[in-house]
Amino acid sequence: MSRDLIIPLDGVSAPHDFGLDTHRDERTTDASPARRAWRLSLAEQPWPPLHDLLLGWPLPLAVLALWALAAHCEWIAPQVLPSPEAVALTFKESLLSGELWANLQISLVRVFAGFAVGLVGGLALGVALGLSPTARDYVYPLFKAFAQVPVLGWLPLLMLLVGIDEALKIILISKAALVPIALNTYKGIQNVPTRLIEVGRVLRFTRWQMLTRVVFPAALAPIWNGIRYGLTHAWLTLVVVELLASSEGLGFMIVYGRQLFQLDVVLAAVAVVGAVGYVLDKGLAAIETRLLGWRKEAF
Amino acid sequence: MRADIVPRPLRGFVIPALLVALWWAAVRFGWSTSPLLVAPGKVWQTGVDQVASGKVFAALGASLWRDLAGFAIGASAGLLFGALLGASRLAERFIGPSFHTLKQISLFAWIPLLSVWFGLGDAAKVAFLSLAAFFPVVLNTFEGIRSVPPDLLEVARVLRFTPAQRWRKVILPSAAPAIFAGIHLGLIYAWLATLGAEYLLVSGQGIGNLMIDGREHFWMDMVLFGVFVVGLVGFTLNWIASRIEARALAWRGRSVAQF
Repeated sequence: MSRDLIIPLDGVSAPHDFGLDTHRDERTTDASPARRAWRLSLAEQPWPPLHDLLLGWPLPLAVLALWALAAHCEWIAPQVLPSPEAVALTFKESLLSGELWANLQISLVRVFAGFAVGLVGGLALGVALGLSPTARDYVYPLFKAFAQVPVLGWLPLLMLLVGIDEALKIILISKAALVPIALNTYKGIQNVPTRLIEVGRVLRFTRWQMLTRVVFPAALAPIWNGIRYGLTHAWLTLVVVELLASSEGLGFMIVYGRQLFQLDVVLAAVAVVGAVGYVLDKGLAAIETRLLGWRKEAF
Repeated sequence: MRADIVPRPLRGFVIPALLVALWWAAVRFGWSTSPLLVAPGKVWQTGVDQVASGKVFAALGASLWRDLAGFAIGASAGLLFGALLGASRLAERFIGPSFHTLKQISLFAWIPLLSVWFGLGDAAKVAFLSLAAFFPVVLNTFEGIRSVPPDLLEVARVLRFTPAQRWRKVILPSAAPAIFAGIHLGLIYAWLATLGAEYLLVSGQGIGNLMIDGREHFWMDMVLFGVFVVGLVGFTLNWIASRIEARALAWRGRSVAQF
């Protein structure tokens, strides 16, 4: 038990590690058979029984009803909390006028561009750190120090250096994605079970075979975790960068609505931000199930 | 072998030293005329001035006070909420879906809303920071309690523990590592959110305001010093959290089994 927690904590010990689903790590590092069985039983039941699903509804519906009632009876000024109808209407309008799509598209392009850079850099760095003790000796301390400063700490510096254009966003987003990907790749490679390496040695694997048949398959789960964290972080960073320095994109929609005291715009944009975050994460989870499906059969 | 040129413990310093040397050379030989290229010495001087005049401590104090206040509120609310979700299946089914939906909203998207509801002052910042600490603490507490081995609970039943005993002697000790992991994360998030709150809700004092000021006036030395301080604080918070965690969990011992 104490053993499996070493890995998640190491994986998240950098201060900018703000992928909120921290429990994700444990799933792949679970050591105890009981826990594994529990996870598996969860995995076999992707959908809880119907009455469980229904139980989740009363609370949000009650909140919504209270909200509608409060707006209807004008208990709260619409500048502070617009009515749910107004939010829904704004949402529909911005959807139909294409404004929402245009902003969403801009945000998505940014996040994927930054994430792609971070992914390539993070994997390269993580593999180098994991495989070469020399690289580790030289680079790891600097990388650790670099990772100690959260994304937002770099923001003013980068604003001075590259201005507030696309470059700023791409660099910050890629930094946000790079750190968890590099860290998890590195730890994943380091934590490949010794016995697997020994089997590889017994089979007289060449170095290449060892890497492709043993090390990478065994490290895939933590690496994938890192990638999921990376994307979550990239999305979070995108939102904050757009809030701070942008004239288009979802974050800008939020700021703009806030400045004009149009909270309906803000709430609609926030809902889209949440939905996109959800879809991105679930998309990666779905790929993970396919990618790591072979692991489950082994247990 | 070439790799043995530098002794191992010193290798970590090689690249930073080279970078500083390059930086120094760039200033010394005037490779760039940009006003942004400030000498390493100037950054050092700014740091010394800031520390001597106490300005940095005032800013840091304001930031840290908010950070810890928000963290304390968020973490304690998170512990209670996580324990509730973990201990009661009904609560999980009833509140869980709403919680997991809210969790999806990117943290900083809350700021504009909070600023309307709480203003631009400390109230909004502390509310935001507590939100930042809340989510990871809830998730980890919930996971930790759900992962308490059923056999331990069976033993507790055999021993006829009262509910209070069950929590104190079985559930909390067993969930402690996960709970501490959540608190640790909450602390890290709260620090990140402190910076974000100071950038976005520009009012008052704080280390983030110091850096934003530096950027607006093109004081590169100030910004670099700020980056250093932010990193140092993050590192210190992290270190303290790890120490407390290690101390609190020392009784568990380390597993000797390798894989």
